[in-house]
Amino acid sequence: MIEAHLTKLYALWLREFKVFLREKSRLVASTFTPILWLFVIGSGLGAANPSTIPGVDYQLFIFPGIVAMSIIFSSVFFGSYIIWDRKFDFLKSVMVAPVSRASVFVGKTLGGMTTSLIQASILLAIGAVIGVPFTPLSIIQAVTVILLMSFGLTSLGLALGSYMYSLEGFQMIVSFVVFPLFFLSGALFPLDNLPDWLWVLTAVDPATYGVDALRHAMLGTGSNSFEIDMAILTAYTAALGLFGIFSFKRMKAV
Amino acid sequence: MIKIRELVKAYGKLTAVNRLTLDIGENEIFGLLGANGAGKTTTIHMLATLLKPTSGSATVNGYDIVTQPAKVRSSIGIVFQAPSSDDILTGYENLHLHSMLYSVPRQIRRKRIEEVLELVGLADRKNDQVKTYSGGMRRRLEIARGLLHKPKVMFLDEPTLGLDPASREVMWKYVRTLVEEEKITVILTTHYMEEADMLCDRIAIIDKGKIVALDTPAGLKAGLGGDVIRLKTKDPQAAKLAERFDFVNRVEHSNGFLVLSVRDARKALPILLQQVEAESAEFSSPTLNDVFIQITGRNIDKEQAEGGFMERFAKYD
Repeated sequence: MIEAHLTKLYALWLREFKVFLREKSRLVASTFTPILWLFVIGSGLGAANPSTIPGVDYQLFIFPGIVAMSIIFSSVFFGSYIIWDRKFDFLKSVMVAPVSRASVFVGKTLGGMTTSLIQASILLAIGAVIGVPFTPLSIIQAVTVILLMSFGLTSLGLALGSYMYSLEGFQMIVSFVVFPLFFLSGALFPLDNLPDWLWVLTAVDPATYGVDALRHAMLGTGSNSFEIDMAILTAYTAALGLFGIFSFKRMKAV
Repeated sequence: MIKIRELVKAYGKLTAVNRLTLDIGENEIFGLLGANGAGKTTTIHMLATLLKPTSGSATVNGYDIVTQPAKVRSSIGIVFQAPSSDDILTGYENLHLHSMLYSVPRQIRRKRIEEVLELVGLADRKNDQVKTYSGGMRRRLEIARGLLHKPKVMFLDEPTLGLDPASREVMWKYVRTLVEEEKITVILTTHYMEEADMLCDRIAIIDKGKIVALDTPAGLKAGLGGDVIRLKTKDPQAAKLAERFDFVNRVEHSNGFLVLSVRDARKALPILLQQVEAESAEFSSPTLNDVFIQITGRNIDKEQAEGGFMERFAKYD
């Protein structure tokens, strides 16, 4: 019984993974943008010597934020594939199979997590080159944060995508969800001396805790404690996962 | 195999399926014939548990479509109007994916996939991406997919829509194979009269969500009063002679021809010609299209094929 469920999840994940491997342009495009940010913004703004953390140069400071950015973009964008699946009727063929909506959701989310993890790994390798002081523990911590973040944000993207019927509609998500998630996360600036209104907005952004946790893991510093970051991130991830399952259950099949 | 009782699907004021009651037996090819928007696809979607009925009930393979959807899904295979395979994957990979979703045991997965590929004639293209397939091949892949888990019932929603005549005949051949070799009950929707006539054991003509006629193709055509024989004759007694036969329903004069309405022209004509001296004789059988026009008052062959109003409405609701 359990084996049957796992087989179905594996089947759905395998499909996402194969599609990812065959659509190489996806990987190239979505890895290029963070690298551009890291080197252009990192070096450009870094040359102006912004006072972020004493003793850490700006490029290193934003590195965890850029990893988070790649996760935010690739995870939420992954939600748009549910719209493709519907457009090509693939979704209908899955929904008419004896598979629960929760399984369809989790299988798809695992696919999105895999995509995000591969992209983040490429960035981590670049990070090692530009001088991020990785240790085995910090890598384990970073990967845990990446998995939590990507699960939560893929859930969010898929949930939102399940309410939409056109890719044009999903563009709106990019403006109203992806960019705020990224800009408010403290990926590019420290959260310590913000005006109150901005501080409140950053505090409700789940990505804030991902960025902070990654900064702890990679640079040994952050605004909250690592434990608090992880607790809030886990809570957000669980809530977004439930939101995703709820959305998939109420999604119309035809 | 399928019992439908007073099934209703309403979208606001619009009733797509209106109190449909129908029984479909085992190992039968059953046709739902109707114009676009008649409610065929909506009916199929309800039976396949993709749409919840507004009221009424139905069972498929003994399982209730509302309360036992998982069991219904395991019992059925379905080919949608538009191909629904992932075209980035190969044919084999698509089947492998679905064999896992349908819990085909691991040990027989490969064998079963090869079997269905063989059955639909795609074995030599199994490792090509689906995007390289023609329309007919995609449709056949869908049939193969629907067969993986040995369903009891196969739904085919407009299986030959958009196919060229040659692919259409190939498709018909495979549908017959399903019933003859796999012992599957097939329910197909179509708006092609010829297709319904050639393939189906029984046909329900659906108009505006209601069944307006239900019979075998021959029965439906016989309902129109049978075949028509036109005789050209100089024999003044011909009409009287013809009237005496009990298989002749009606005799009329038209433009110097004697027009006889008979039950079966092939049997009647030789007998008639022994008695009546005719210069020429011809006969014709009514087509299913004649039946359709008679019953619904509309000519389906002249209507557009693609995406009826009801299907669109159902899709975007």
